[in-house]
Amino acid sequence: MQNMEALPYFPGCTLKQRAAGLDRSARDVFSALGSPLAELPGWNCCGATFPLTVENLLDLTGPARILASARAEGTRLAVACAACYNVLRRTNHLLRTDADKREKVCLFIESEYDGDLEVVHLLELLHREIGYGHVRQALRRPLEGLRVAAYYGCLLLRPAVEVGFDDPEDPVLLDQLLAAAGAAPVSYPHRGECCGGYLAVRSEEAALEASKRVLTAVSAAGADVVVTSCPLCQYNLDRRQGIIARQEAGFRPVPVLYFTQLLGLALGADGEGYRLDEHYVDPRPLLRERGLADV
Amino acid sequence: MQMMRPGQTRALIIGAGIAGIQAALDIANSGYEAVLVDRLPSVGGHMAQLSETFPTLDCSQCILTPRTVEVGHHPHIRLYTYSELTGLQGQAGGYTATIRRRAAYVRWDLCTGCGLCQSRCPARVPAEFEGLLGERRAIYTLSPQAVPNKPVIDREHCRYFSTGRCRVCERLCPVGAIDYEQQDEVFEEPVGAVIVATGYQLLPLAALPEYGGGNVPDVIDGLQFERLLSASGPTAGVVRRPSDGRVPGRVVFIQCAGSRDPERGRPYCSKFCCMYTAKHALLYRHRVHDGQAIVFYIDIRAAGKGYEEFVQRAMDEERVLYLRGKVSKVFRQGDQVMVWGTDTLSGRNVEIAADLVVLAPAAVPDPSQAELARILGLTIGEDGFVEVRDAQLAPVDTLRPGVFVAGAAAGPKDIPETVAQASAAAARILSLFSRWERAAQVQVQADGGS
Amino acid sequence: MKVALLPEGLRSRLQQRVEEASGQNVLACYQCGKCSAGCPVAGVMDLLPNQVIRLVQLGLVEEALTSQTIWYCAACLTCAARCPKGVDLPRVMEALRELAMERSGDHLPPDRLPAEALAEWPQQAVIGGFRKYTW
Ligand SMILES: Cc1cc2nc3c(=O)[nH]c(=O)nc-3n(C[C@H](O)[C@H](O)[C@H](O)COP(=O)(O)OP(=O)(O)OC[C@H]3O[C@@H](n4cnc5c(N)ncnc54)[C@H](O)[C@@H]3O)c2cc1C
Ligand code: SF4
Ligand code: SF4
Repeated sequence: MQNMEALPYFPGCTLKQRAAGLDRSARDVFSALGSPLAELPGWNCCGATFPLTVENLLDLTGPARILASARAEGTRLAVACAACYNVLRRTNHLLRTDADKREKVCLFIESEYDGDLEVVHLLELLHREIGYGHVRQALRRPLEGLRVAAYYGCLLLRPAVEVGFDDPEDPVLLDQLLAAAGAAPVSYPHRGECCGGYLAVRSEEAALEASKRVLTAVSAAGADVVVTSCPLCQYNLDRRQGIIARQEAGFRPVPVLYFTQLLGLALGADGEGYRLDEHYVDPRPLLRERGLADV
Repeated sequence: MQMMRPGQTRALIIGAGIAGIQAALDIANSGYEAVLVDRLPSVGGHMAQLSETFPTLDCSQCILTPRTVEVGHHPHIRLYTYSELTGLQGQAGGYTATIRRRAAYVRWDLCTGCGLCQSRCPARVPAEFEGLLGERRAIYTLSPQAVPNKPVIDREHCRYFSTGRCRVCERLCPVGAIDYEQQDEVFEEPVGAVIVATGYQLLPLAALPEYGGGNVPDVIDGLQFERLLSASGPTAGVVRRPSDGRVPGRVVFIQCAGSRDPERGRPYCSKFCCMYTAKHALLYRHRVHDGQAIVFYIDIRAAGKGYEEFVQRAMDEERVLYLRGKVSKVFRQGDQVMVWGTDTLSGRNVEIAADLVVLAPAAVPDPSQAELARILGLTIGEDGFVEVRDAQLAPVDTLRPGVFVAGAAAGPKDIPETVAQASAAAARILSLFSRWERAAQVQVQADGGS
Repeated sequence: MKVALLPEGLRSRLQQRVEEASGQNVLACYQCGKCSAGCPVAGVMDLLPNQVIRLVQLGLVEEALTSQTIWYCAACLTCAARCPKGVDLPRVMEALRELAMERSGDHLPPDRLPAEALAEWPQQAVIGGFRKYTW
């Protein structure tokens, strides 16, 4: 579908700072495809994690506020960050299905909201509305022959009933998108296993334990690049490769990119603002070699 | 010339538990005669003692009674209760069974089953049917639903027999059925085939000294607990512990007490304990809402239809705590029973102060089985149960032609499996009967035509 | 002989609190261990996830509170997604974390986080860490 009106879009804190490259590339992709993203005015932090105890309503107020103000802008809210997506989508589900909690939370945030906003991830939009066929037609620099490892992580997949738009044990939508963009997705077993998430804050060792499992599988599958939609996954998978390379003789570092970065370049963006120089495993040699960027 | 021998198409069934009952009804309803023998004064076996049955929680008496009543009235069933087989001569198609009926000291032909005799009997005796947790009189029936509903006098405890004075029951009986002079009677029955359906017994607690050896009043076995759960039981269905009649607030159930213990108990799995223990824990929680039920198990075998779901229901809905491990020791401390166990899953040893401990002792063959096997010329397996001809392909055939086995007599099994085996054994016999009849008909035709 | 006493009563007070806070029936868990088998951080945990829930089942909540495992849990929901009994173990972990911090305060006070790391970590990690490790 072309020339849609601008989509209300929630970037979130990380995309304004460490993951600015995700924000910028996401905007590029959607502009190139004719549906520019329109940042939600006056947004606040979603809280980064969904509260797991049943009476913790306080931590729902942040995301609830976002939902309520987005509803004033339209019926849908597009999200790029997997974590924000997870939190917003779960909160929305809860407010939709639990009238009692909805009432209390609305009282806290002093807004009316009845859960009728639709929270959608960019990947879901590309698949369902823009269509992979349209992506293929818009390609300027197809990712011909690029061996990509699509990494979904936890937050797009679980809990499936609340957030899932793909098969939680065998997700395919990112693979299919990359294939539509000309790449050759590699098959590896840990596409939805956890990277270690926020554990980095407390224990490098624990985060390493988790990300190593994913990365050794990626490396063994012969991928040229890992692709994700989550800033924390990007960080964990990218940051730890140096350590793993020191520990494991046969380990071959693989750059980790946001799917929008790769897609943006394929759609002809120049990579301006993608902050590729901030990645730990430098993706630029690969991108230059494949004629995807001159950065 | 081939002719039908007398009694050739009659079946002898030893044991009138649910196995014997089912087989007798199948045979009798096919138009053949069944001779049903049980040692006890009435039929039903262990099923008559059960409260509710897993996994449907049907009232056991309610689903059993229509069948016992049918057995009691069936024109093709000759019932010998309070009786035992003392001899079997001949061969398949031509056996003569010798049955000895013990003196009941009551003329059952006169008795109307009114029960007046029992009401005033001065001798009170712990009732075997109630697992010794209730009382009966010296003149008694097993239960109010007994079939036949005719009493017997237990000579050992009867006042008159021991002191020469009393005869209260005689005075009360409105039809003059009491007969202190009655003697054992011996009957001979010609039969063509036999089913052994003598069931099981529970390993006596004395064989489990580490669990109190039967000397701790608040350590009981599963059948005793069934009676505590039964509305018709000694506590009218209120769970009260034997020592002081208190309703126990914490009950520990111990599975595999003597089962799967090649060293000191029985090597085999008793098969129905996992399920009845889950049932016990669940029913206890139904009766005592704030009670705590803890089960020790080494693994849970719940392979029947709806069984696993039933066990999970006990855990999920009734909050029964399952601890994985065998209990080492059970002993009395004050008015509680201490249980020393372990939970191998957490690696914790646990000590539990319980109000009541319910054991699931190994199911063992009826003690009479060895003698019965001698009489019948059967082989007994290493486990003590009747050996079958081929465990895979002839599971209800014994090594002796014309003699079959069904139910727990061949090894522990639950009611559905027992009933299936009983029908299988009946079918094996019915096929013999019809083969014999056909052969005789062919012979008659051949003779007639010559 | 090391003997752990089961607490008095049907449910210990703490067990009840964990169940209420997490919204989970811990006795539904039949200890199959599937949660532990798939946990991405099991290798560095002192107790496996199924052992944590076991302690709660046994009423030994105090012990669960001293375990490092509750802090290692990444709330990745892998275990919950695959649990055959529908036990949402990450919710139990969160309830335990909250209970532990209610007693002993922040697990990881924000001022103990190194400045250079704060600059390096994605904001999402820092905020997530605050949510999980501070009270
Ligand atoms: C505590 C407990 C609870 C149970 N709960 C359930 C349940 O909920 N559901 C379920 O499916 N199963 C249950 N069972 C199993 C059930 O009891 C058996 O499956 C069933 O009783 C087997 O029937 P049977 O006829 O083979 O043997 P029995 O019931 O043992 O009957 C054998 C009969 O043979 C008679 N007999 C024995 N020897 C002789 C002899 N030499 N001469 C004459 N007569 C003799 C006995 O007097 C008895 O009447 C439970 C078992 C126990 C111990
Ligand atoms: S996977 Fe579920 S049932 Fe199995 S041990 Fe873990 S919590 Fe218990
Ligand atoms: S949610 Fe926690 S316990 Fe469960 S798999 Fe993830 S890290 Fe392990």
